[in-house]
Amino acid sequence: MASKQALSLAGTVGRELTTVAITLLGLLAVTFFIARVMPVDPVLAVVGDRAPADVYERARLELGLDKPLIVQFWIYLQKVFSGDFGKSVLTSNPVIEDIKRVFPATLELATLGTLIGISLGIPLGVLAATKQGRWPDHLARFIGLFGYSVPIFWLGLMGLLLFYAKLGWVSGPGRIGVAYQDFIEPITGVLLLDCALQGDWDAFRNALSHLILPSACLGLFSTAYISRMTRSFMIQELQQQYITTARVKGMSEARVIWRHGLRNAMVPLLTVIALSYANLLEGSVLTETVFAWPGLGRYITNSLLNADMSAVLGGTIVVGAIFVGINLLTDILARLVDPRAR
Amino acid sequence: MSNLYAYLTSEAPVSRGQARLAQAYRRWLALKANPLALVGLAIVVLLLLAAALAPVIATHDPLAQNLDQRLLAPSAKHWFGTDALGRDIFSRIVHGTRVTLVIVLLVVISVGPIGLLIGTVAGYFGGWVDRVLMRITDIFLAFPRLVLALAFVAVLGPGIENACIAIALTAWPPYARVARAETMVVRNSDYIAAVRLQGASNTRIVLKHIMPVCIPSLIVRTTLDMAGIILTAAGLGFLGLGAQPPMPEWGAMIANGREYIFDQWWVATFPGLAICLVALGFNLLGDGLRDVLDAR
Repeated sequence: MASKQALSLAGTVGRELTTVAITLLGLLAVTFFIARVMPVDPVLAVVGDRAPADVYERARLELGLDKPLIVQFWIYLQKVFSGDFGKSVLTSNPVIEDIKRVFPATLELATLGTLIGISLGIPLGVLAATKQGRWPDHLARFIGLFGYSVPIFWLGLMGLLLFYAKLGWVSGPGRIGVAYQDFIEPITGVLLLDCALQGDWDAFRNALSHLILPSACLGLFSTAYISRMTRSFMIQELQQQYITTARVKGMSEARVIWRHGLRNAMVPLLTVIALSYANLLEGSVLTETVFAWPGLGRYITNSLLNADMSAVLGGTIVVGAIFVGINLLTDILARLVDPRAR
Repeated sequence: MSNLYAYLTSEAPVSRGQARLAQAYRRWLALKANPLALVGLAIVVLLLLAAALAPVIATHDPLAQNLDQRLLAPSAKHWFGTDALGRDIFSRIVHGTRVTLVIVLLVVISVGPIGLLIGTVAGYFGGWVDRVLMRITDIFLAFPRLVLALAFVAVLGPGIENACIAIALTAWPPYARVARAETMVVRNSDYIAAVRLQGASNTRIVLKHIMPVCIPSLIVRTTLDMAGIILTAAGLGFLGLGAQPPMPEWGAMIANGREYIFDQWWVATFPGLAICLVALGFNLLGDGLRDVLDAR
């Protein structure tokens, strides 16, 4: 029986993988299409605008621009899968190198934002579900509405105004103070980890005081989403019969709610948390601009403002692929955790 | 008055018009019982009024520059202060309601019909049509919305129309999903079978008998989506990719105030409050409408 189950699980995973492959192909088709219709001449981007006609022609042939579109798309696919997104005009590095360099900063921001969202959102959602119509419920509703209505770049500016300029509780824009930035060796690229690995706790505190405000802004959105979903999942679970059984057995209410109810609500919540994480990776585009945070979002917008299309499309592909990857992982995880979903 | 009430609450409406009015009246009663939804409605009405009467409400010309009066703090003359070019911020926010409404309307009138058509066709015909259309929908749904909009704006060039096109290109998939789900529910019901037996064509069934059923949930979806559209548009404006200067777009106004945030806080603060207020209004109204229209 066990092998039969494993087989059916493998079948579903196989179907998921096909779906993901088709989705990724679609993503690449869209970026390829964008790259072809854009007003920037890709040949000029390589040879410069004062190149003689024969150099121009040679570069055009090298880029394969004389071939039919479908062949060009095939070449494009081969390049992307070998990690070649072209060269950034702005930094004159290969785009993939640039992305590797800036990505950890975004990862750090989104991870801390999600952790804030989980640690505030789940308790808030559970309280709102168990005390419907009372103050935790109203608080959860307020945070939800606020999170869905406030522009994140404005929230960031207001945060800087209040907590940095007026109160002086946190550090301003950037990732770490100028005094520290040359002393930290990039080992993992995640600055907090690097500081901790090198035992430089002053730098760690400085980095944290730069990180806390932007990640709190992202954390608000995550909290709004997670608490809202936790509330509705918990309300569903608490109506189930096993909850009544647990109460009849004389279990304490706290145990019924946190051990029995929440554990079952966690299955759909995993998907919600993963989605919110993926959304924060995207939400960081605006946040990073406000906080001068040297991550993927700011890399994309900076390249965009400088008409550096290879960099923009490379960044788009990476963000899109992560999006799709996170969705796939969650689906598989949900199946593993919940036998009913297999 | 009592006649009207009796007409609207009659258990046996004599005409189709009466039945429609009675239904609308019942929904209005349900909405009226929800104070938060009324607050949302009030904010949206306020937005419409401000847009319609912008020249009357505004105290100054929103585009008139006056470099002697730059970066003035809020006062009786300039309620929300002035910006770096000496323009009155209050008047610019009031005129900005028009820009916001134009963006929202352009996006909604392009997204609604596309989503409705794709969703109903996929749901009604099923089979390979459904699979192909839903696969395309999933591909667009798998994209991060803002990043894709950025990529589209990069191709189309900055500007308010292009920002709307970019938002619309990324916003339609959820509408198609909603319309498809609604269609799947009704396509096997008796009244569709009855219409088909009368010889109605597939086109007629989809257009006349399935699409109207999907409209209420699409209205809810649209209202709830308005806040997201407004925030995305403001984000594009903030990055300098949406409405171009000197158009008083709220996101771009915040971007202008960014340099002065620590000393002249009002330049960036008030446009942001306007965005918050309008987004909040649509969210509250959307929540209320969902309870009223989505009873199924």
